[in-house]
Amino acid sequence: MVKTDIAQEPIGPEHEPEAEWMELNMGPHHPSTHGVLRVRLKLDGEIVRDADADIGYLHTGFEKSFEDKTYTQGITFSDRMDYLAPPINNVGFVSAVEKLIGVEVPPRAQAIRVIMMELARVSSHELWLGTTGLDLGVYSGFFYAWRDRDLALDLNEAYSGVRMMTSFTRVGGVAWDLPDGWLDQLQRFIDVMPSRIDDFESMLTDNPIWHQRLEGVGVISAADAIEAGVTGPVLRASGVNYDVRKAFPYCGYEQYDFEVPVGTNGDCYDRYRMRVAEMRQSLRILQQAVDNLPGGPWITSDRKVALPPRSELSKSMEAVIHQFRLVSEGFKGPVGDVYAFVESPRGELGFYLVSDGTNKPYRMKVRPPSFCNLQALKRLVQGVLVADVIAIMGSLDFILGDCDR
Amino acid sequence: MSVNPTGTLVQRIGERFKTALQESSDFRGDLSVVIEPGTLVDVARYLKVEEGFDYLLHATAVDWPARDPRFTAVWEVRSLANKTRIRLKTTAAMPDPHVPSLTSVWPAANWHERETWDLFGITFDGHPDLRRILMPPTWEGFPLRKDYVSFGEPVIFSDQKLEGLEPDAIRG
Repeated sequence: MVKTDIAQEPIGPEHEPEAEWMELNMGPHHPSTHGVLRVRLKLDGEIVRDADADIGYLHTGFEKSFEDKTYTQGITFSDRMDYLAPPINNVGFVSAVEKLIGVEVPPRAQAIRVIMMELARVSSHELWLGTTGLDLGVYSGFFYAWRDRDLALDLNEAYSGVRMMTSFTRVGGVAWDLPDGWLDQLQRFIDVMPSRIDDFESMLTDNPIWHQRLEGVGVISAADAIEAGVTGPVLRASGVNYDVRKAFPYCGYEQYDFEVPVGTNGDCYDRYRMRVAEMRQSLRILQQAVDNLPGGPWITSDRKVALPPRSELSKSMEAVIHQFRLVSEGFKGPVGDVYAFVESPRGELGFYLVSDGTNKPYRMKVRPPSFCNLQALKRLVQGVLVADVIAIMGSLDFILGDCDR
Repeated sequence: MSVNPTGTLVQRIGERFKTALQESSDFRGDLSVVIEPGTLVDVARYLKVEEGFDYLLHATAVDWPARDPRFTAVWEVRSLANKTRIRLKTTAAMPDPHVPSLTSVWPAANWHERETWDLFGITFDGHPDLRRILMPPTWEGFPLRKDYVSFGEPVIFSDQKLEGLEPDAIRG
């Protein structure tokens, strides 16, 4: 804690006046920015006095692109935003459309969505552990994290054919049923992961260097966290018990028995603890989902939004008409605006969808959790040492693709 | 008899701010109110202080070129304790769209309003730091406006003169 004491010393006569502060560019190609982010730091010696995050390097105009694609086509855009948790983006996008048009999702599809989302949460937190450790000098952790994350990506690949951009949801359900043997592979993942997380914890949780780098660094109180608009593990580390999965259950999360980890100190170390605890809770949810996986259809039987099964096409003229209409034109939504939201590994991911009654979104606004968390960077880094900026930026776990869209 | 809590919230806003509440709707369980721009900050402060809406979710805008006023600015706020949510809307007209900034009530609106200015060109009066955030500082035009073309190459025939085209149309 020696370093933070220095950081919190008042500006004495030996410190330079404001005009003498040095402006330092961090980024846009700094390894710890995990993407392309430029931070302009104002330095008084080693102490950060102000910071201005310059985002937008990965701005791709997804919100504009959504306006030009039908609801089904838009699904493939959604997972390219937060590229570390694509299934959660897929579910968030289609749940906005489902809320708009009012479609029922069958229980099996909901369970498959929950499985894919929790897998994404584990793999995203694994990646966070690896890269944040790398930033702070835990080089070996990176390789362990990558090995474990690969198991989740293998499951993605076995289910959707793609390791990252799964695009597995469809309005009213999911695109495919689970392939044969997939649940056994998932069970092996659930069995092996607790010991892998234990390995990680034995390496980091009681490591004195890890403690010194993270404890008491980047503290934000519960009231400040709410005011700053931070979300997800960053908000919960400050002691605010808010998780979308518990507060507004979707996809049947109310049926699963799990806990929401809540911190007390609101520092970087608590944010680390939150993510490790969330991984364990995700494994609990996965086990319950495997044990109680419902049977039945995996996509709605409403032919106005979901394609008819292939086998019907040679027998039913109606099915051919539905197929043709859905593929060529898509379906239309009623006039109105809805906001649907899911819990991503980084916090509340929201989709505000405005419809003018056509087959495309009139406006699709994404509420990216990374954007909201990064906004708090300015508050968090004032008065800390430059080296702690790396720890704080790591602990916010922002993904610039999600932030810039 | 059960009381619909969101229904009474709109009634309370209506009683307190009278005609400033121009419209309200409850679509798919999402409560929206359209507030007259001059009273928006007062309504926002009332919602935060007395109704407990402490958490700002996002702020954005929607462009309706055929309507007058053309733009709808949207703020969505939540009460973490009561688990309720309300969408505040107000309108802004061309040629110089203006709406009040809600950063004085919810500081988290800062970046969201900057983004809305960046992409729609709506000025937020009272915003402490209104400059481009996603687009480069030198960018011209507002990409999320409906008349900003983002797709397709413009076709220029040999009998057409290039000088006559607007810069946006050339960029395509």
